[in-house]
Amino acid sequence: MKFIKNHPSDDSLDLVCRMCPLHLLEPGERIKCMKKGQVLEVLTDYDGALEDLPEWCHKHGHQFIGIEEEDCYKLYIKKVK
Amino acid sequence: MDHASATPVKKQVIESMIPYFDQYFGNPSTVYDMGSKIKKVIEEQRSNVSQLIGAKPEEIVFTSSGAEANNLAIKGVALARKKKGKHIIISTIEHHSVINSARFLERMDFEITFLPVDKYGMVNPAHLSRVITPETVLVSIMHANNEIGTIQATPELADICREKGVLFHTDAVASVGNIPVDVNVLNVDLLSLSGVSLGGPKGIGALYFRNNLRLMPLIHGGIQEMGRRGGTENVPGIVGLGKASELAVEELTDKMNHLQKLRKCLVDGIHEKIGHAKLTGHPEKRLPGHASFCIEAIEGESLIYTLTHEGIYSNTGSACASKALKTSPVLMSIGIPPDIAQGSVVFTMNNNNRIEEVKYVLEKLSIAVAKLRALSPIWRKKISS
Repeated sequence: MKFIKNHPSDDSLDLVCRMCPLHLLEPGERIKCMKKGQVLEVLTDYDGALEDLPEWCHKHGHQFIGIEEEDCYKLYIKKVK
Repeated sequence: MDHASATPVKKQVIESMIPYFDQYFGNPSTVYDMGSKIKKVIEEQRSNVSQLIGAKPEEIVFTSSGAEANNLAIKGVALARKKKGKHIIISTIEHHSVINSARFLERMDFEITFLPVDKYGMVNPAHLSRVITPETVLVSIMHANNEIGTIQATPELADICREKGVLFHTDAVASVGNIPVDVNVLNVDLLSLSGVSLGGPKGIGALYFRNNLRLMPLIHGGIQEMGRRGGTENVPGIVGLGKASELAVEELTDKMNHLQKLRKCLVDGIHEKIGHAKLTGHPEKRLPGHASFCIEAIEGESLIYTLTHEGIYSNTGSACASKALKTSPVLMSIGIPPDIAQGSVVFTMNNNNRIEEVKYVLEKLSIAVAKLRALSPIWRKKISS
């Protein structure tokens, strides 16, 4: 797990308080509307996302950049395909 | 004459719902075409409901009732924001679903401030401003009161909260479909509504929440309602609420005009025919079809039962609380003494009511009051003094 700080993003998706499997469904929908090379920030308080989202990125051909922990988790995904 | 507790489901609403009991009975979450078609219908209804209150479709979550919408607003915001603060403000005349949600949170170490109201049931905006603290995360003040019909100065109250960075929720179950309700005009962050008061079916309600604000779900389950409310959707109910919303937009102006005429006839008639009857709630800023009175020296329950024998259904207060035979907290809050509050009677009309019915009510009501007062020692004492 790569921890990062103040990473820039092109769009942000707030999934705090929302339960599994929304942390996999909503980024999938949102990233469809983004351009290649753009970065999506995903805010979540769901621990399972820390394993699931990197795996999801690998499976769907996107780059998982890393994670920042504040009052919630912030996960950063770069659209590759 | 008790449409605050329920309204008749419109014929077009019933017809719109029927195919979703048998022809399109499928589960909206299934991947085959029946499921996806039903899912699309749900989204169309979400759009209809959102248009009724000037919201965006994605800002609507369907619930099982107005009470659940109130629970989700209050507990959902409180639990999502508890790291920011644990103070909530509500008024003393809220519906039980708001008061008891706040009481529940009190048991979880939240602090609740109950804001008093004036003799008409209005919250004083300056008072609200004074009780907001840095710990306050939510203010919930109803748009219109179901027992006394008073309509709050909601935009003014909501503006204060917006300026102080506090979320504002309003229970609009009594007002949606009876007066114009637009979330942008009201400037609210959350708003509850229900099918029951809208000519829609029972068992369906909705919560408006502004701009994807964080809400802790109360019912955990699957991906329904964007993960905010688990459980297979009540598809016929949602379709019914959507249709009722569509019709409510079309009918609102005519309905308001009609109800204002009926209310004027009823209120003037009661003042003329029955002495010692006090109109409760605000005289002007009130729901168009709402007439509530405290009639001295009678027992409200006795009056309701007497009128029932004449085919007139009315109420003593809110349908949810009247069976408890307890003095109405709403009437106590507006300063009505308990002995007078006992004579509470509430008439709430709908556009299916006619002026002839109002005249019939006036005739039977004055007879019923005279009969009950003839048996009342309090009345005898009052007229002899």
